[in-house]
Amino acid sequence: MSADALREPATILEVRSLSKRFGGMQAVNGCSLRIAAGSITGLIGPNGAGKSTVFTLISGFLRPDVGEILFDGHRIDGLPAHRVARLGLVRTFQTPRELRELSVLENLMMVPRPQFGESLVGVMLLGSRRVRREEQEIEKRALEVLRTVGLDHQARRRAADLSGGQKKLLEIARCMMCQPRLALLDEPTAGVNPSLINDLVEMIRLLHAGGVTIVIIEHNMNVVMRLCEHVIVLDRGEVMCEGTPEQIQRDERVLAAYLGSVP
Amino acid sequence: MLDFLIAIVTFTAIYAVVSLGLNLQWGQAGLVNLGQVAFFAAGAYTAAILARAGTPFPLAVLAGMVVAALLGALVALITPRLREDYLAIVTLGFAELVRLILLNEKEIGNGPSGINAIPQPLHELFSANYPLFFAFLTVAALIVVYLFNERLRRAPLGRLLRAIREDESVVASIGKSVLAFKVETFSLGAAMAGIAGAFYAAYLTFIAPEMFTASVSIYVLVAVLIAARGSNIGTVLGAVFVSVLLEGTDFIKDYIPFGTGVQIAAVRIIIMGVILMLVVLARYRKVVEG
Ligand SMILES: Nc1ncnc2c1ncn2[C@@H]1O[C@H](COP(=O)(O)OP(=O)(O)O)[C@@H](O)[C@H]1O
Ligand SMILES: [Mg+2]
Repeated sequence: MSADALREPATILEVRSLSKRFGGMQAVNGCSLRIAAGSITGLIGPNGAGKSTVFTLISGFLRPDVGEILFDGHRIDGLPAHRVARLGLVRTFQTPRELRELSVLENLMMVPRPQFGESLVGVMLLGSRRVRREEQEIEKRALEVLRTVGLDHQARRRAADLSGGQKKLLEIARCMMCQPRLALLDEPTAGVNPSLINDLVEMIRLLHAGGVTIVIIEHNMNVVMRLCEHVIVLDRGEVMCEGTPEQIQRDERVLAAYLGSVP
Repeated sequence: MLDFLIAIVTFTAIYAVVSLGLNLQWGQAGLVNLGQVAFFAAGAYTAAILARAGTPFPLAVLAGMVVAALLGALVALITPRLREDYLAIVTLGFAELVRLILLNEKEIGNGPSGINAIPQPLHELFSANYPLFFAFLTVAALIVVYLFNERLRRAPLGRLLRAIREDESVVASIGKSVLAFKVETFSLGAAMAGIAGAFYAAYLTFIAPEMFTASVSIYVLVAVLIAARGSNIGTVLGAVFVSVLLEGTDFIKDYIPFGTGVQIAAVRIIIMGVILMLVVLARYRKVVEG
């Protein structure tokens, strides 16, 4: 490794002048950002600033109007969402998207890829050792992940019957189950019981410790301060400023933007 | 009376296979299909033409299944993103297209006059008891398709299809191609209709475009909709209900003093329509309340 590489951590994600318009609403307006490999980066900004839309564009669920997205140096803009996820870039949803009629355990067991049991041959050979062993291994891992997020006692419940906070945990659990290289977490603590927030911070640290680079949209500044080494502030679709959490907290423009967003 | 019972069993089994195909598509994966009759017709015509050319029945069934599966894959692939609303329109239109082609392209199946004298498998062997034999054969096919569907439902593939039905963006977000699974499932459900079509042709020994109108798709839809979503046994019972209603009213029209055949047929359609509306209303309320 060269001296340069040691000083400057590699960039895992680079976004260049990204824009997206919804009808008359310029949701994202020429955003550029770099995410260092191995970091935890906070993405903050007032409601409607375009944070979730940036995640949606990066993860391939929407195509940008303009701009380039590079993951590991390769262009990924224009790829369909599942192809982006296959590269190891996984997003969570701000509003939890639990698979309602599936059990909590099944919500995680459908994640690993590829599964022999999801092929037609696997259906014909259901009950064979190969499918049974695969299912056992997946179930074991799913239960481990559920234990990590404290949902192991809910494993057999219908996901629709979970509380709002538990659904948020399930969202994190699904992301853990994916073993991504870059996780985009959209407000993981919003709506979660305050007594659980410390646990959640620990879970995110655990995910990070497993080698996952994390970008987190977060309103709770306390959480941002504890987790993030770098913070990017978005306002009206544009990157307003970025820096360490301390720098951001002192920045007057940031305060103004937040105050300005309160009616 | 016994003949009538045997006929009902055969019809029911055939309808049940078509319905199981739709249950796989809609009940499991959430894929709307208002044109299941097209794949039923494709199976029937393919098998009929091949059987008349001397192809053994099992091969004719296989061919009917494959042609229906390919058409199913085609329909799935031309429907943008396989979204519910597009699928509804495309499948409805496709079924009508298939019927019109069969009606007007005389080279395929003699246009409106259809195909007659379709050979029946092992006919000489069973001569007198043939309807009974064929009923057994059809029920055997139903059992095979049923067991396959049950297996699929319990397999990891069934879990994934229900995940797609619940929220396909979640499935995409973890790196699985929703489109590939949808095309596969749609094609598989169409293949089941193709199998049923092949049996239908051999059973009646005569097929014509007029047998493959949109009402068949509606009957099948009713059979699937009155069952609990995704339930295979419920779908089979739904098919029993529908075919008893259909064939049963056909039967009693000879014994009741009022009403002509045409009137009874109209009443039947009305009954189906009312059931469909009630079921959709009940489901809609559940969705809104839930
Ligand atoms: N799919 C969409 N269609 C139309 N407008 C949208 C859509 N998604 C987001 N928006 C709008 O874009 C703006 C940015 O939204 P969003 O990215 O969710 O902001 P944030 O996550 O920062 O609160 C908002 O005004 C929102 O109403
Ligand atoms: Mg948001």
